[in-house]
Amino acid sequence: MTLNSKIPEGPLEKKWSNHKFNMKLVNPANRRKYKIIVVGTGLAGASAAASLGELGYNVHSFCYHESPRRAHSIAAQGGINAPKNYSNDGDSIYRLFYDTIKGGDYRAREANVHRLAEVSGNIIDQCVAQGVPFARDYAGYLDNRSFGGAQVARTFYARGQTGQQLLLGAYSALNRQIDAGTVKFYDRHEMLDLVVVDGKARGIVTRNLINGKIESYTADVVVLATGGYANVFYLSTNAKASNATAIWRAHKRGALFGNPCYTQIHPTCIPVSGDHQSKLTLMSESLRNDGRVWVPKKKGDDRQANQIPENERDYYLERLYPSFGNLVPRDVASRRAKDMCDHGFGVGASKMAVYLDFADAIKRLGREAIFEKYGNLLDMYKQITGEDPYQVPMRIYPAVHYTMGGLWVDYNLMSSIPGLFVLGEANFSDHGANRLGASALMQGLGDGYFIAPYTISDYLASNKFSPVDANGGEFKAAENSVTASVNKLLSINGSKTVDEFHREYGKVMWDYVGMGRNKAGLQKALKLLPEIRSRFWKDVKITGNALDINTELEKAQRVADFMELGELIAIDALHREESCGGHFREEHQTEEGEAKRNDKKFSYVAAWEYTGKTGNPKLNKEKLEFESVHPSQRSYK
Amino acid sequence: MKLTLKVWRQKDRNDEGRFVEYIANEVSPDMSFLEMLDVVNTDLVKKGETPIVFDHDCREGICGSCGMMINGRAHGPGKGIATCQLHMRSFSDGDQIVIEPWRSTAFPVLKDLMVDRTSFDRIMRAGGYTSAKTGGIPDGNSILVPKPVADEAFDAAACIGCGACVAACPNSSAMLFVSAKVSQLALLPQGKAERVERVTRMIAQMDEEKFGSCSNTYACEAECPKQISVTHIARLNREFVAAQF
Repeated sequence: MTLNSKIPEGPLEKKWSNHKFNMKLVNPANRRKYKIIVVGTGLAGASAAASLGELGYNVHSFCYHESPRRAHSIAAQGGINAPKNYSNDGDSIYRLFYDTIKGGDYRAREANVHRLAEVSGNIIDQCVAQGVPFARDYAGYLDNRSFGGAQVARTFYARGQTGQQLLLGAYSALNRQIDAGTVKFYDRHEMLDLVVVDGKARGIVTRNLINGKIESYTADVVVLATGGYANVFYLSTNAKASNATAIWRAHKRGALFGNPCYTQIHPTCIPVSGDHQSKLTLMSESLRNDGRVWVPKKKGDDRQANQIPENERDYYLERLYPSFGNLVPRDVASRRAKDMCDHGFGVGASKMAVYLDFADAIKRLGREAIFEKYGNLLDMYKQITGEDPYQVPMRIYPAVHYTMGGLWVDYNLMSSIPGLFVLGEANFSDHGANRLGASALMQGLGDGYFIAPYTISDYLASNKFSPVDANGGEFKAAENSVTASVNKLLSINGSKTVDEFHREYGKVMWDYVGMGRNKAGLQKALKLLPEIRSRFWKDVKITGNALDINTELEKAQRVADFMELGELIAIDALHREESCGGHFREEHQTEEGEAKRNDKKFSYVAAWEYTGKTGNPKLNKEKLEFESVHPSQRSYK
Repeated sequence: MKLTLKVWRQKDRNDEGRFVEYIANEVSPDMSFLEMLDVVNTDLVKKGETPIVFDHDCREGICGSCGMMINGRAHGPGKGIATCQLHMRSFSDGDQIVIEPWRSTAFPVLKDLMVDRTSFDRIMRAGGYTSAKTGGIPDGNSILVPKPVADEAFDAAACIGCGACVAACPNSSAMLFVSAKVSQLALLPQGKAERVERVTRMIAQMDEEKFGSCSNTYACEAECPKQISVTHIARLNREFVAAQF
């Protein structure tokens, strides 16, 4: 397959404005004749559905939750970037572009990232107009804070609940369109297949989660904004229901999967407390603004943190990276924490944690100021661990948090299946091999409010659509295959629960395809993973029936897909014989233990094609061209 | 710890429902309440029974999905937390725990502990927004919102839409939920233009959904996981009265 990224001609800073002018438009009177399905109601899905509805298209919005407001974007804590330069510290669109490209370890497309930086300022204005209560100063101006991977303060925030407030803004915009009748909303409907007719995406098959009915919906365009796949590791910071089913089934229908091995491990999460652990909780990266990361200088030091004197503590991030200190990017901070624990310097009962200490900040700024900035995060920590972070340092450890990989899309955010658009975390597009903090919210909303509405109009205006019938052959065939897989799962009646299989699979993923990867480990994973998958299909036990609320059945569908995707992640990680960003191959590191890229061989996007057999994908390459920045060894010293 | 659970089981919307007793062995104090239910469910599935159904997702107290009455209290013991943030260290060995779904006409039970809260969405669709179109918006700093006002608006906006206020209220009133949105947008300059229509429509929808009236018991504030203050109900009342003239 030849990949055409459709990056517009012209200088970097003119590409998007030229492209906007060159794209075709749909006459306002004709828009309601086009039907658009949007799957997912997080930041990307809700903002896209609202904006497309407002333009006058006939929009149908689907989610598996009871309400659009439950989408996992709600859990984002820290903030959203925009180069407004309100802090007068030298920020600009180009600087945000540069930081993002560099933060992504030069594995993203320049044109996409620059466009993202261009639209990010509009996002802030849009959210303010919706009534998002961003942090303000006493004079009423918007406040900013700094975040990892940047030396300017460009992050807008709403206490530690920025994702919640932005999602509620997008939710309100979506509600306004549902109220106006331009968007029809389907709650508790899970997409289980994509329907392709004559080479174009023309609809979806869903399962109604209340009565189990398998239903088909037709459209002229299908938009997937269904989030990332970090739950392939079982333990992650993602919500329990977050899954890859929509994108994975689209992949099996022909959409290429870009850079699946680029997974982000977040450095500041609450450590695992036992085997019952069902998920991990993130503590916002913003804590690293004022918290200092340290471990004891002595291996296996069992003293309480408060009994370890200052000169026996190793503030290793400040020591190793004097200019960025505790604010190095996530991949660097995570690897260093793992390193410290692997070498025996870990703290807490499990010894798999490092300290994040607020004592200095409390001394300098006062308890009140720390409460103001991080109150809800520190309360959350106390609630989970039973320890008071105002008194003792927090214990943190890295956890899987975000997936930079996703369905391959061109500059227009269209996948390799015409008419299938992919937005937000579900696509692979803007973060390269590592995402900087406060960039996910920016990308989700940028895609949904300001990019997809233009590019989808262009697609609709440039193509002819013959009518499709929900009772037609392709739809019935997809419905039958979904029904068959539901019935198959229910008929196995084995001995282990879905969660038990998921946990086992996730452990292999974490051990061999997690933070540090090497050839032998990945090869071992590629033996173990298919073996677990084949046992799953013989021995999983699901009770209840198909035509009812059946949460075990829902989980089983998702886990079955994770068990295919996990293999692709391992294959991608094995083929990429270099380290970059979140993909760390132990064989490829600098003398100081940093990620060592191989630009000559691997400066491309790996876009994997499904061949009809799991574990046997075909590699397609999109070469990355750098015209504006020159890839160099990232340095945060 | 060993605990006895009395859990409400109801097959569907039309089933009468009943309490069923389960024993939870080997409960660790570090488990969250939902992790304790996960363990019970694993046992049920292995025995060939259907697991206890409950809504949940983020498990960090922000998505608003989870919610159950635990020993008669919305989200159980503890202040300012959702069910998913409750940990078993709040209980003692040998305790009996009674677990029920939210009880309200406006929240029909779908199955076991899962209820239908789409009435909340219908209220939000009745004007719970500013009519800001995508694009063409002036710079964010062109609207000044002094910190105390932004903070108060935030306090209201922190609502997670879980429904604990309704479940805790003897009248099943949704006034705290509705007031949180009305108050947030009434405080901010961006929301002022549409305040009359907003409060009128949202209250009308609230009544249509058969939520009860507010009689100032403050049970909602006491159980709200985000500790939203009843002063927002006072502002809602003022907005509503002002909208009549």
